[in-house]
Amino acid sequence: MQAKGKVFKYGDNVDTDVIIPARYLNTSDPAELAKYCMEDIDASFVKTVRPGDIIVADKNFGSGSSREHAPIAIKAAGISVVIARTFARIFYRNAINIGLPILECPEAVAGIEAGDTVEVDFSTGVIHNVTKSTTYQAQPFPAFMQELISAGGLINYISRNK
Amino acid sequence: MGMTMTQKILAAHAGLEEVVAGQLIQANLDMVLGNDITTPVAVREFAKIGVTEVFDKQKVAIVPDHFTPNKDIKAAEQCKLIREFAHDKEIENYFEVGEMGIEHALLPEKGLVVPGDVVIGADSHTCTYGALGAFSTGIGSTDMAAGMATGKAWFKVPAAIKFVLTGKPSKWVSGKDVILHIIGKIGVDGALYKSMEFVGDGLANLSMDDRLSMANMAIEAGAKNGIFLVDEKTLEFVKEHATKEYTIYEPDADAEYEMEYTIDLSTIRPTVSFPHLPDNTRTIDEVGEIQLDQVVIGSCTNGRIEDMRVAAQILKGKKVAKGLRVIVFPATQKIYLQALREGLIEQMVEAGVVFSTPTCGPCLGGHMGILAKGERAIATTNRNFVGRMGHPESEVYLASPAVAAASALTGRISNPEEVAE
Ligand code: SF4
Repeated sequence: MQAKGKVFKYGDNVDTDVIIPARYLNTSDPAELAKYCMEDIDASFVKTVRPGDIIVADKNFGSGSSREHAPIAIKAAGISVVIARTFARIFYRNAINIGLPILECPEAVAGIEAGDTVEVDFSTGVIHNVTKSTTYQAQPFPAFMQELISAGGLINYISRNK
Repeated sequence: MGMTMTQKILAAHAGLEEVVAGQLIQANLDMVLGNDITTPVAVREFAKIGVTEVFDKQKVAIVPDHFTPNKDIKAAEQCKLIREFAHDKEIENYFEVGEMGIEHALLPEKGLVVPGDVVIGADSHTCTYGALGAFSTGIGSTDMAAGMATGKAWFKVPAAIKFVLTGKPSKWVSGKDVILHIIGKIGVDGALYKSMEFVGDGLANLSMDDRLSMANMAIEAGAKNGIFLVDEKTLEFVKEHATKEYTIYEPDADAEYEMEYTIDLSTIRPTVSFPHLPDNTRTIDEVGEIQLDQVVIGSCTNGRIEDMRVAAQILKGKKVAKGLRVIVFPATQKIYLQALREGLIEQMVEAGVVFSTPTCGPCLGGHMGILAKGERAIATTNRNFVGRMGHPESEVYLASPAVAAASALTGRISNPEEVAE
């Protein structure tokens, strides 16, 4: 599995309230949520994002509420992977559960700039910055998460093992 | 090797003698919780699993509290969906508007969470029940669906940070000030993935309402859970409310902690978090002149009866500042009734407060008190992120009910010592 796209870059503590503000949570329709993704931090995001694009952010990405609407909105907006220094734990769990690939890689975060074109290979964890011709190695997923991912997320995993 | 309190609870629920930090386990759940925002997503996922019943009708709680009383048609549709699900699955702990409250105030009040429980909730502030000596943590809707179907959840056993509390807080200092102080010290990711365990003889000087408000904000330091030792006050509370058996777990003497902080409660000052992060704290002595448009007292952090009493005590016989909007929302119907019986509502309304039905409402910028562009509020809630209570260019300052009530009288962020007799 591979991803390739342009990078949107954000700083520390991008929280779920800016990823998808609560005022839009009276629906859980992914396409509807995607329309407002990142609105309060980057109003141009939804206008410029293309399928396959990548979010790169610093530490504690996805902090705040447990709303699964946050990774759902990001995924539905077309983002193929989120790379961050660290993730907030509920966001991390939710992303895995709904099948939004996420990688922790401080070096990549430091080396990648907004607008760079980046390629990610999920099976190896290798992140390649095409624009700058640099390569980074991300933390691989823990074994149990690989199991969940290969089953296609938590729900498939459970229905298979029930 | 010794285990922390959290590790002991998790080991017992996973049927293991011992667990270590980092280990992946599957634990049995005592309660699975969801609200009107997260449950609709969980209901859809639940249907995909292909089971027809929830694992235990008594161990699922669904509380429509965020956009209720229904704020618009979409919210009404979401509530209808979860109401029908609850009815169809015969879920016993579904609470309609007249018996409801904000979930994290409601569950302890109804005795649905007791010491030693493992609880997951599709709401990040599920960590609140750590005040009772339970392991409880926020998860997402998919985890909620899986929990409802199987009664189990996966966890990575967390490492822990120990907070040894000593001393006695001064008059206008509450649990809220203590937790804001701690978050200011360790940062919004200071306890990322970890447990915050609260011990020490200072605990005796914190009421259950103080502890609930502290455990509530463990997530604001990035923690997986916050947990308090069980003492006499806990047991008193449990005896009064609980409807089921409980188990007391204590950390082993040789439990391993990644870090340890000693906090002398007597040195803590009323504390305020400035926009736009809970760790951006200043003591009341350092705030300077911050003019306000709105004051909000309530939420799952500070909408309990003690909070209502403190607010009424400060506001009684006085008037809120001209041009200021002061909204008080008790966390549950029971607290509402208690405040009514004690005359607190009358005192507050006479002072010029608008007193709301229990709801999450303004806390997440849902309804009942949204901020316009450029407006500024002080709130007893738990998050002051960009756009949290309304327009992305509005500002939220977090504080205790005492500071919020004092500020209600002056129209700027104020020290309760300054206004109270
Ligand atoms: S009161 Fe606020 S923080 Fe608490 S559950 Fe409701 S929205 Fe969340």
